[in-house]
Amino acid sequence: MPDALLLHMKVNGEDVEVAAPPHFTLLEVLRYKLDLIGSKQGCDKGDCGACTVQLDGTARLSCLTLAAQADGRKVRTVEGMTAAHLHPLQDCMDKQVAAQCGFCTPGILMAAEAYLTKQARAVSRDEVAEAMAGNLCRCTGYVKIVDAIVEASEIMAAKEQG
Amino acid sequence: MSEFLSPKDLPAALAARAAHPDYIPVAGGTDYMVASKDRLPPPGIINLFGLGALTGVTDLDGGGVRIGACTTYATLLGDARIANTFPLLRDACREVGASQIQARGTLGGNIATSSPVGDSLPPLLALDAVICVASSAGERRVAYEDFLVGYRKIDLAADELIVAIELPAPHVGAMQHWRKVGTRRAQSISKVMMAAVAHLDDGRIADIRIALGAVADRTVRARATEDALRGSAPSEEAAKRAREALRGEITPIDDLRSTAEYRLGVAENLVRRFVLSL
Ligand SMILES: Cc1cc2nc3c(=O)[nH]c(=O)nc-3n(C[C@H](O)[C@H](O)[C@H](O)COP(=O)(O)OP(=O)(O)OC[C@H]3O[C@@H](n4cnc5c(N)ncnc54)[C@H](O)[C@@H]3O)c2cc1C
Ligand code: FES
Ligand code: FES
Repeated sequence: MPDALLLHMKVNGEDVEVAAPPHFTLLEVLRYKLDLIGSKQGCDKGDCGACTVQLDGTARLSCLTLAAQADGRKVRTVEGMTAAHLHPLQDCMDKQVAAQCGFCTPGILMAAEAYLTKQARAVSRDEVAEAMAGNLCRCTGYVKIVDAIVEASEIMAAKEQG
Repeated sequence: MSEFLSPKDLPAALAARAAHPDYIPVAGGTDYMVASKDRLPPPGIINLFGLGALTGVTDLDGGGVRIGACTTYATLLGDARIANTFPLLRDACREVGASQIQARGTLGGNIATSSPVGDSLPPLLALDAVICVASSAGERRVAYEDFLVGYRKIDLAADELIVAIELPAPHVGAMQHWRKVGTRRAQSISKVMMAAVAHLDDGRIADIRIALGAVADRTVRARATEDALRGSAPSEEAAKRAREALRGEITPIDDLRSTAEYRLGVAENLVRRFVLSL
């Protein structure tokens, strides 16, 4: 039986080859093998959403995903949000002061980006609250986070049309 | 150290299951991964997620559907047949976890874990689901009520996998009702759940099936309560008889989420409200 699996993934656009024990989670591989510590290990059992990354464009809890299940797939983490211009979500989160300690922010950004990309339209506060129900924040009280995501959806939708 | 097998089709998955009965089959992993955190790694894992033969919804003759065991809540929520014909299941899926869990958690995983608080389980029981199970030796079909054999125990051998769930078409005009009572809609563990299906004939309850979650060691049908209602008009008086029958047949427990008395009271109210809505 193998001691480690050799995994191939595209992480934030780059081809990565990494060896990891078969029981390692995607979060453990990102943080401890690839030094991508943006994705946070909050509860490590699916409750908080701080570890949310995108797997082939879908929001996924990396603490509940075996790294082996991400073999051959595209992974996007908050470190991938480094285009020359701030992403509308980053911009709006900043403007609304939607991050305080910031621990939940990487997961919020990944979940919100996947959601808004899929919707491709301006969304309502209620829709955001439902879509983001799996991402907990202990600091902000959510109002500013929801405001920021709604505002970003409007900017993204306007860009799509224009 | 454990081995990770990713079979390419159902025969390969069943062969892997037969060869390694101590390996753990994993679908979405939303139950398995949580449980695995405080255990040593298993000797091996058989990955089922994404296996074509176990995924998706297909039509059955007579208007029912066959749901692959590895179909996610998100897929069920996007399926028009589920929304139109089995709104009860749709409503329950909508309240499972939050979007990340819905994108990954599967119906087969919910059934195999068989937690007394599994949210899809009362709807499956009330909708008369049939569980299709397979091993290398062949497939067998079991009525869901018989498949539930105890606390977190199902009628599944170590070389078998759940392959699909079949739902027969409900009676034309049947009312379907779902209610989950918990602390918060998303991510919360239920205190009491009720799934009910009924249809009237000439102003009387011709048939009724009530399934309750979190009131016993497993998901249960409230058969005495159903018997008390069948044949009656859906009145306050019938609801009162149902309540007495229910008191006689379920004995919920006290635990950290709730008390037995509260659970019984809520279950009674849920049944009463359903009866009066008919
Ligand atoms: C944060 C969080 C919130 C949750 N909220 C809810 C909720 O609101 N309601 C609810 O009901 N559940 C909830 N769950 C539990 C879980 O998401 C569900 O039970 C889900 O349906 C499990 O499916 P899965 O595919 O992820 O199962 P897995 O974890 O992959 O498997 C679970 C078990 O089933 C076995 N198994 C899986 N597929 C098969 C198969 N085809 N044949 C035989 N055995 C199989 C596995 O070996 C394992 O023992 C929650 C979990 C988390 C982490
Ligand atoms: S760390 Fe994954 S959900 Fe909390
Ligand atoms: S900003 Fe601190 S947890 Fe959200």
